Amino acid sequence: MPKQFTEAEVIERIEDMRRRRPRFTDTQITMSHGSGGKASRQLVEGLIVPLLDNPALACLGDAARVQVEGATLALTTDSFVVHPLAFPGGSIGELAVNGTVNDLAAAGARPISLAAALILEEGLDAEVLRGELEAMAAAAQQAGVPVVTGDTKVVERGKADGLYITTTGVGLVASDVALAPELVQPGDKVLVSGTVGEHGMAIMLARGQVDLDADIRSDTAPLWPLAEALLATCGADLHCMRDATRGGVATVLNEIVLTCQLGAVVIEDKVPLRPEVVGACELLGIDPLYVANEGKLVAFVAPDRADEALEALRAHPTGAAAAIIGEVAEEPAGRVLGRTGFGGHRMIDMLVGDPLPRIC
Amino acid sequence: MRFVDEYRDPDLARALSAKISTLAEPGRHYKLMEVCGGHTHAIYRFGVHDFLPETVELVHGPGCPVCVIPMGRVDDGMAIAERNPDVILTCFGDMMRVPGSNGSFLDGNARGADIRMVYSPLDALRIARQNPDRQVIFYAIGFETTAPSTALTLVRAKREGITNFSVFCNHVTIIPAIKAILDSPDLRLDAFVGPGHVSTVIGCRPYEFIPRDHGKPLVCAGFEPLDVLQAIEMIMRQLADGRAEVENQYARIVPWDGNRQALATMADVFELRPYFEWRGLGFISHSALKLSQRYADFDTELRYDVPGVRVADPKSCQCGEVLKGVLKPWECKVFGTACTPETPIGTCMVSSEGACAAYYNYGRYAKKRLPLHV
Repeated sequence: MPKQFTEAEVIERIEDMRRRRPRFTDTQITMSHGSGGKASRQLVEGLIVPLLDNPALACLGDAARVQVEGATLALTTDSFVVHPLAFPGGSIGELAVNGTVNDLAAAGARPISLAAALILEEGLDAEVLRGELEAMAAAAQQAGVPVVTGDTKVVERGKADGLYITTTGVGLVASDVALAPELVQPGDKVLVSGTVGEHGMAIMLARGQVDLDADIRSDTAPLWPLAEALLATCGADLHCMRDATRGGVATVLNEIVLTCQLGAVVIEDKVPLRPEVVGACELLGIDPLYVANEGKLVAFVAPDRADEALEALRAHPTGAAAAIIGEVAEEPAGRVLGRTGFGGHRMIDMLVGDPLPRIC
Repeated sequence: MRFVDEYRDPDLARALSAKISTLAEPGRHYKLMEVCGGHTHAIYRFGVHDFLPETVELVHGPGCPVCVIPMGRVDDGMAIAERNPDVILTCFGDMMRVPGSNGSFLDGNARGADIRMVYSPLDALRIARQNPDRQVIFYAIGFETTAPSTALTLVRAKREGITNFSVFCNHVTIIPAIKAILDSPDLRLDAFVGPGHVSTVIGCRPYEFIPRDHGKPLVCAGFEPLDVLQAIEMIMRQLADGRAEVENQYARIVPWDGNRQALATMADVFELRPYFEWRGLGFISHSALKLSQRYADFDTELRYDVPGVRVADPKSCQCGEVLKGVLKPWECKVFGTACTPETPIGTCMVSSEGACAAYYNYGRYAKKRLPLHV
């Protein structure tokens, strides 16, 4: 008879495993590897990072920081493979610009310029392409970031879903900006810049796989104005920011607490949600905390500056629904707890598998 | 949201919690089994444990559709999908990750099979209509909760004369599983939180043997956290009064006699199998459904050669003990280490209704209140 462990010992043993660098042992790629959850983490941290190993990559932020003759540049890249190409509230072109701008913004970098690579499928309607380029131009104009270079490739019919876009962005990080998960402190408040879960649900409904009519639009929007406002308001009291895309707010929080080995508590009924999203998620059994956003920042701010930070966010139209949704604590280290609206507690773990199809 | 928030009211929860504590006899330990995986999920998802005294223990039961699918049936589905390139196999989302001996359906897709997630069997029928040159199979799972929708889909397929659609039927029935639990020698239970959705179909009468023959109360419960708490309060009241009855907490949805129309449709479309293998519980007689003679044309098992091989569970897997409530999820040897939601060994770790996955995803923290200032 093997030794029987107590519940607390078993929980601790699991946490030890979670703290280890994830290993990639799969024999082939499945859709789970693209979900932004645990399988994605295994792929990135267990295969890609070790093979391309360097200090800037190892930080695994939304953008890498590179020192160039005294200046700090932020560099990031993102591919967009969303299906369908257009959906309520946006389309792939707009998403491709905002997504990369937001990765820079979350790293505290003023976006400077973008590069765009287009992979076009044989047979793609030229009007669709024109429409997406116009959407890119409009989004670039709105964000104030030009697309300064690019590339095009065409692949045979059936080898791509019409159009894939990869955008790469360069931004400038001011010398006094320090943002990192390691800087998060116990007591920090967790802010989210608006209602969550809209992009993922909009895509899901737009794909027509579920017979559900709800007016849910993607929240795709550039986040630099919000990031800039937070940096200006909080200075060094802003400890970390993330762009809550794939895997949603829950995944972002888990990534941060795993890095800083502190705990986070989310007060679930403080999380801003549109009623349509709540309804659709209830029906489909999806937790909106795990649903992707394309225009939402999660910020960790020192407690005595949190109210000012909230005001700064709410002063901007994109941040009107911003809220303080929780706080950081010493315990439980490396984990995210939710206090449910019902008054009980639960863990909010990283996402496993993917409830949603290709969303960005 | 209306009709949801009312059932999640923290003040009412605290009031029920206090009543439950009062009803608990000092020094007595209570073991209540929630039969249904939906309840297991709600209990962990909403932190219902936080409202119960330590002496009231919830034991998770076998009512998780995905959890009771034996490996051999996963292999059968996979074999059909991989051997027949014209087949589109469709199933509910949770089913995609259940490991067979040759990987899960997700792995099957990565190898080139066409296995798609659907939200309803009607979606599978729609895929059949849209792909007349393909054979579309619905991999049906679930208790009496999902069986009526499979039955209605078959009725519609027959009426519309759709020939490229069939059903691989794994539907099971709840009563034989409860009987198996009651007959299990290594488990002492005080009462049952009865299934909610299953009971909307079969009603409350089929449970009457439980108080009559076994002297244990059963209260049918809804799936909101207050439903579960109220059902526990009703059970505790019965136990305090020395009563054992079937009671219906979920009367807003569950009619005492069930849904006759659904039962009639099921009786037309399905018939009982002589026996069926349940994961962890072994073969249980008259515990599962197959398509009736009238719908034999739609029976995947008659259309295709299936291996039909019984595959033993991995040695390390203790899902059977967990399904019967003998082991708590964390008491399983491989829980959380070799067996996690991303690399499940057993089915209980796959579905969000599985006891192990629910505990791993939601309940895995030291149960102590945290200071909150938000």
